[in-house]
Order: sequence, then structure tokens, then C-alpha cells
Amino acid sequence: MLSFIIRRLLLLPVTLLGLTFLIFLFMSALSPYALLSTYVNNPRQLQAPGAAQNLIKQYGLDKPFYVKYVSYLNQIIHGNLGWSQTMNETVVQVIKTRFPATLELALYSIIPIVIVGIWLGVVAAVHHNGLIDQILRVVALIGYSVPAFVLGLLLLFIFYGVLRWLPPGRLGLGFEMIYNSPAFHHYTGLVTIDALLNGRFWMFLDALKHLIDPVLTLSFLSWAGLLRITRSSMLEALGQDYVRTARAKGLSERVVINKHARRNALIPATTVAGLMFIGILGGVVITETIFNYPGIGSAMAQASEQLDYATVLGLSLLFGLITVVGNLVVDVAYALIDPRVRLG
Amino acid sequence: MEGFVKVLRKMFRHPVSIAGIILVLLFLSIAIFAPLLAPPAYPWNPYMMPQSGLSAVPQPPSPQHIFGTTQGQYDIYYGVIWGTRTALEVGVVVIGLALVIGILIGTLAAYFGGWVDELLMRITDIFLAFPFFVGVIVVITIIGPGITNVMWALVIFYWMTYARLIRGSILEVKENQYVMAAVALGTPGGRIITRHLLPNSIYPVIIQASMDMATIPLTAAALSFLGLGAPVGYADWGQLASFARNWIITPSGGNPFQYWYTIFFPSVTIVLYALGWNLLGDTLRDILDPRMLI
Repeated sequence: MLSFIIRRLLLLPVTLLGLTFLIFLFMSALSPYALLSTYVNNPRQLQAPGAAQNLIKQYGLDKPFYVKYVSYLNQIIHGNLGWSQTMNETVVQVIKTRFPATLELALYSIIPIVIVGIWLGVVAAVHHNGLIDQILRVVALIGYSVPAFVLGLLLLFIFYGVLRWLPPGRLGLGFEMIYNSPAFHHYTGLVTIDALLNGRFWMFLDALKHLIDPVLTLSFLSWAGLLRITRSSMLEALGQDYVRTARAKGLSERVVINKHARRNALIPATTVAGLMFIGILGGVVITETIFNYPGIGSAMAQASEQLDYATVLGLSLLFGLITVVGNLVVDVAYALIDPRVRLG
Repeated sequence: MEGFVKVLRKMFRHPVSIAGIILVLLFLSIAIFAPLLAPPAYPWNPYMMPQSGLSAVPQPPSPQHIFGTTQGQYDIYYGVIWGTRTALEVGVVVIGLALVIGILIGTLAAYFGGWVDELLMRITDIFLAFPFFVGVIVVITIIGPGITNVMWALVIFYWMTYARLIRGSILEVKENQYVMAAVALGTPGGRIITRHLLPNSIYPVIIQASMDMATIPLTAAALSFLGLGAPVGYADWGQLASFARNWIITPSGGNPFQYWYTIFFPSVTIVLYALGWNLLGDTLRDILDPRMLI
């Protein structure tokens, strides 16, 4: 067990190095001038005549690739990801202001995924091959088949276009001004929590109202998958000897399902839920763009459209970091929860 | 051949599976007969949607434009029909290339094991370190938008799925006695791979590829939706959806259903297309994957 965790931890820097190298490889396709934006922290540095030439020399952008790679790593370690042209601030600043919004969205999205996905998966397995199972199968497949941009547009159409209930954005205009005012304390960066901590209940409700649509869109992508996995692991658990024993002992079917089978079936489901949390991060690009939600996903889409290399590369580094660390946490957690897991 | 007939017979047992097959066949025939269903206005470039006028405001369905026109007077019906071709083309090209790369790498890793396996799997891990969609966006930002570039970007960040699947599957098959017997008989490595390992471990890959025929074209459509995919006017479902985005919210007091056709027809097409392939993949999984027989 311990050796597995140590091995995984030792692999972490290797993967991270590989990650930066991959980003660096993509960067090498760009000209030194295009690359400058990922190094320079302030556009004013470029204004002096001949400044660009000097900076290219200074960062070694005209040197062979290994020199450039080291210089790139050096920049990352010093927390310098360059200047974002689309947002008009440093990329690090973009991440600081926008990442909490994305985190908030992802945190709220995982709740319906886990509750609905696991619950329906257990129901489907208990009614194996029955009518409910068949219906859930079709529902899950429909869930797979509706892409985020279609679902998002439909929700926007129904709840904003027709009903006028759930507007896009993160906060209403009035609350947005309060949020940005100095009187408002930013404890966590998560609007819902900060609003409550500041004692502004109506602002909390307004933030929730803005979250409903994007959360529905994001979670819809994943709950169908979790349903299928819970179903099959629940079916496996129901076929085990300890379930037969429990039934033979004369335990009620409810106890057999809830206490014996479901607990064991939840182990793989938990892991998948962890992986889904990471998967959600890929979905934020579309979802945030549709609902004008100011997170790193919409920043990514906007920057990419305007060929703002620094922002795209900087944000992709962040996405990569979260994925790698998240995968590690899930792996280790899985090994800790389930001692039977084969470690390799 | 006998196995194939058996699979077909099983497929036609469930009404749900039949629905999947019908949907897939429907979209395949739409793609094949696209020039008959919607004769191209510019024969030298049939993928460009014909534009009847330059007015930005969408026009409701009429005898000339049975699904109406969307923003910029692009014919929605034409876009839906030729968009099917775009979707299938993207799916076949991307999945085909990803399969070749993935199967090659996965097989090499599983067959040789040891440091080859370790090296190839670490490379795979690095590509998996990005959320798929994010990785694709990075590549497109650098090589530029366009339908061909989108396909390259999708291949670059999708082959890992197949590599991992085939590797895991081969590692299982490798333990079988018939493989050891072949090794003991001195069968050359290439022959063991093509005759014993691949045919017996390909099923999960086939199932995955069938499901991917739904997701990959939709990912490409999502990129077009963001303005990173096909150029303006290219027959592409994602583009139709992105045109619709500007018209589903009418100023308060207006009729919200005024431009319903801009979003309705593309959405229904997209969902039915994906549903067809997903149903097909699900059916294949039920039949081919022995672990699902519980």
C-alpha cells in the first residue's frame, strides 16, 4: 500500500514535467514574437523601439529548444505566465479572479451528479431487466446524446428567453456592484459563501439563481455515466455470496440492498465520481461560454478565439495541474478505501 | 462469419437496438444522398451553405426554405443535411486515425511490457493530463481554426483512450493458454499479435469507437459553436447552434418563440444522431462484452 502511494507520488513530478514539456512543444510552433506575450508581464515593456528584439534575447527565445525550455520552466516557477491580451491583465491575475468562480460551479455540479447518478444506478440494478431498468437505460442514453451546447441553449431559451427566471452571468447588476465594492469582504471567492458570510441573504439567493442553469448543464453530462457504472457494480455486488448469505439469514430485502450490496457497490462509484469532478473541468469551457459565466472556461474560449496565446497556454497549464493532482488523489483514495484493489 | 450472423440476430431482438440501427442507417443515407436531398448551390464547394440575401434576421419556414433560414439567411435545411456529411466525415477520419495510433501504441506496450510499456504509458499519461476539450482548444489556438485542423487536434488528444483500452485487453488475453502455446511453438511475434492477441481483444475498442461516433463529431460541433471550428457559412451543426444563440432571447415583451426554428431543427438533428450511435454502441456492448452478461 505504502509503496503504491510512494510510487504514485514519485511519478507526479515526472508527469508534471511531461505536461510542461508538451505545452512547450506546442509553443515551439509559434514565432518568437508570438511567444513574447507568454513571457512579458506588461505590454508597456514592448513599447520602446527594439524592445521586442531585446526581450527575445533576454528570454533566450532565439536559442535552441533546451535553453528555451529551461527558461520557460523558470518563468513558471516564478509564477509568471505572461500577459493576457483579452482580459488586459496578467494571466496569473486572470486565474486569481476567475478560478474561484469555476471552482464554485464545479463544486455545485458534483452534488446532483452523485445523488442522482448513484441513486438511479442502484434503482436500475435492483430492478434488473425490469421495466424501470429499461426506461433508465434509454434515459441515460439520451443523457449521453445531448451535447452541452444544445442543452445549455435549451435551458437558456426556456428559463431565460421564455420564463425570464434564470438570467445568465454570475450575479445581477446591483449585486455585482456590491460584490466589487470595498465594503464586501471576499473570504473564499465563492459568491454564495461570501454572501452568507457578509450577511447578504438576497445576494446568496441571486447567486444561486445564476448557478442553476450552468450546474444543470454541467451535471447532465456526467450523471448518466455514473448511473451506468453504479448499476453494473451494484449488479456485481448483488451476485456475491455475502448477499446470498444475507438473504438466507432471512434479512429483509431493504437491509440486504442498503447495507450489504450498496456499500460495496459504492466503492467504484466513488472513484468514478472523483474522476467526473475532473471531467467537469473540461465541460466548463462550453457551459461558461453559453451562460456568460465569468470563470476560466469562458476565458479560455474567448482567448482562443482571439489567438491570445499567453492566456490559452497559461490556463491549460492550470487545467493540466488540476487534472494530474486530482487523478493522484483519486487513485490514492481508491487504494485506501478498497484494500482489495490490485496495486500495480 | 457465423459469429457475425449471431451478433446481427441478437441486435434485432430488442426494439431499442433496432431504433439505434435505424437512426444510424438514416443518417448514413442522409450523408450519402446529400447532393440529391439538398442540391448544392455552389457545386465546386458543396459544404458552403447557400445564402439567400444578407439580412441578419432569420426567416420562418417557407416552401423555399422548409426549415427556415438562420442568421445571415443561411438555409437551415441545407445546413442540417450537409452537416450530417461533415459530422460523419469528422467521426470517421478522427476515429480512424486515433484507432491506428492507439492500437499501435497499446499493442506495443502490452506485447513487449517492461520499459517499453512504462515509457509508452507515461507518454499516454501526459496527454491524458489535459481535460480532452482543453487540450483540443490549445492545439487549435496554435495551428489555427478550420475543419481539418479541428480533426488533427481531436486525433492528437483522443488516441490515448484506444491505446489504454487495447493494452488492458491484450494484457488479459496474453495470459491465455493458446497464446502460450503459440509462443511455445515458436510463432513469430507479429503473427501472435495479428492472429491471437488483436482479434480477441478488439471488442472493447469496437464498442468504444461506436460510442465515439456520437461524441467526436459533437465535440467538433462544440468547437464550431465556440467559433474555433469550421469557417462561417460551412455546413456544420455547431455553427447552426451558434447562429441560433443570438435569436433565442428576444427583448422582453416580444414573442420568445418567434425564432424557434433556428434552434429546434439543429438540436433535434444533433440529439437524434448521437442517440443513434449511442444506442448502437450500447447494444454492441451488451452482446460483445462478456462482463456485461451478469
